[in-house]
Amino acid sequence: MKPPIALSVENLSFSYGGKKALDHVNFKIHSGECTLLLGPNGAGKSTLFSLITRLYDTRDGHIELCGFDVKRKTRKALAKLGVVFQQTTLDMDLTVMQNLRYHTALHGMGRRLANQRIQQELERLSMYERRFEKIRQLNGGHRRRVEIARALLHKPSVLLLDEPTVGLDVPSRLAIVEYVHQLADDENLAVLWSSHLIDEIYPDDHLIVLHKGRIKANGAVAEVLKITNTAMIKDAFYTLTQGDQT
Amino acid sequence: MTNQPGAHLHLTEGRRAGPSCVNNMLHYWRAMWGIIGRELWRFVTQRERFISALVRPLVWLFVFAAGFRAALGLAITPPYETYILYEVYITPGLCGMIQLFNGMQSSLSMVYDREMGSMRILMVCPLPRWFLLLSKLFAGTAVSVLQVYVFLAIAWFYGIKVPWQGYLWVLPALMLSGLMLGALGLLLSSFIKQLENFAGVMNFVIFPMFFMSTALYPLWKLKESSMLLYNLAKYDPFSQAIELIRFSLYGQFNQHAFIYTLVAFIVFMTFAIIGYNPSKGMMMKKGGS
Repeated sequence: MKPPIALSVENLSFSYGGKKALDHVNFKIHSGECTLLLGPNGAGKSTLFSLITRLYDTRDGHIELCGFDVKRKTRKALAKLGVVFQQTTLDMDLTVMQNLRYHTALHGMGRRLANQRIQQELERLSMYERRFEKIRQLNGGHRRRVEIARALLHKPSVLLLDEPTVGLDVPSRLAIVEYVHQLADDENLAVLWSSHLIDEIYPDDHLIVLHKGRIKANGAVAEVLKITNTAMIKDAFYTLTQGDQT
Repeated sequence: MTNQPGAHLHLTEGRRAGPSCVNNMLHYWRAMWGIIGRELWRFVTQRERFISALVRPLVWLFVFAAGFRAALGLAITPPYETYILYEVYITPGLCGMIQLFNGMQSSLSMVYDREMGSMRILMVCPLPRWFLLLSKLFAGTAVSVLQVYVFLAIAWFYGIKVPWQGYLWVLPALMLSGLMLGALGLLLSSFIKQLENFAGVMNFVIFPMFFMSTALYPLWKLKESSMLLYNLAKYDPFSQAIELIRFSLYGQFNQHAFIYTLVAFIVFMTFAIIGYNPSKGMMMKKGGS
């Protein structure tokens, strides 16, 4: 039996003026599944994230988070969601602790519960000792860890990551990739990870290839390789995006 | 997690026991205090911002008002019961000026946060957007009220003293005027697409609003020189906010100014909420169609 659907996107379209950014996008993500959303720059990945997080309005199509319609049951849907945006969204002049406390306040957590969750998430990421440092003092990899910790503080069921490893060195990147994959496995968390970096894909991942606002492939890595008749993901990606650079 | 790839991780606790009820009052209360506390902390730790917010009105008070003292004769008009110095007259106007600039500073930081992405964290939390905007507004107002009290304290040492009760009565007036000017800032920020456009706001909103008001000169003085200016100043919501502050400082309640400021706040706030609504307002136009 398949695990429950955590994120459902149905017939989603979106335009900037006359330019179509998303064109009839359909996919589902189940709990415990790590889904890589792969697409070249300008494929529509960030637009899709803005629609899921309700920063933009959904006019054509339908998005559900854990059974809650994002447009009609916005608050219930957003309570199930943890997000790491492409750009850093931490306050540089505040400490790690202050940034995380701000997030717990926005999610209505009391001080004791907040401290407990903050300690738990930061310890997992080996950042607890640095909790009183200002964000400005941290390097890019550590800032990303704080953002991932923050996204998990309210125990979401779905985790969205919009190109979270951009600009990081290789060890930091691999460590984050591994951590998030383990979260999906051990915590039954549904992960949607947007990327244009092929080496972030694990063989067991679910893969969605988005190109010019359309889904070109949607399935397990092995399935995508099969339909494209290729042996490696980079070749499959190249075939599906017809030679566009990643 | 360590820096090394393949580091062993311990993931133990289940991930389904979120806050039992996101809809309760406690959630709203904590979120609002979280937003206000953050703004206040940022303000007091950013020493340059604190000082620059005070320097502007103090320059007006110590230099401009001192220079104009001889040039401008003031008749006895309510709430004043005796002849007053020009410095005394412009003090409420400078309190309003602090709040006007603070409101615009908040709107500038909203545009900046939106461009930089930190606004997103606020917008994706599970609370209604109107409440988040209102909390932001309260936070900005709290900062501006703090600034005004520090300014009034310095003015007190300079010799500009109001009855001690005035320092208490002015608090609700400052809160309402701060909310009104902050709501105007919010409304403007929903229209401003990029940070660069903020200079336009300064030129087309802040300066006309300030100079066409009763901040620097009483209405009857304006009437003597231009009926058009008189009418513009009369209907400028900033004038009404200043009059509300002026009367409160002397323990008097200006009902007309209060209602005018309150209505202006409600109108600005309503349009700001519409402006930030992803389905209806300017966010939609910015985001796409």
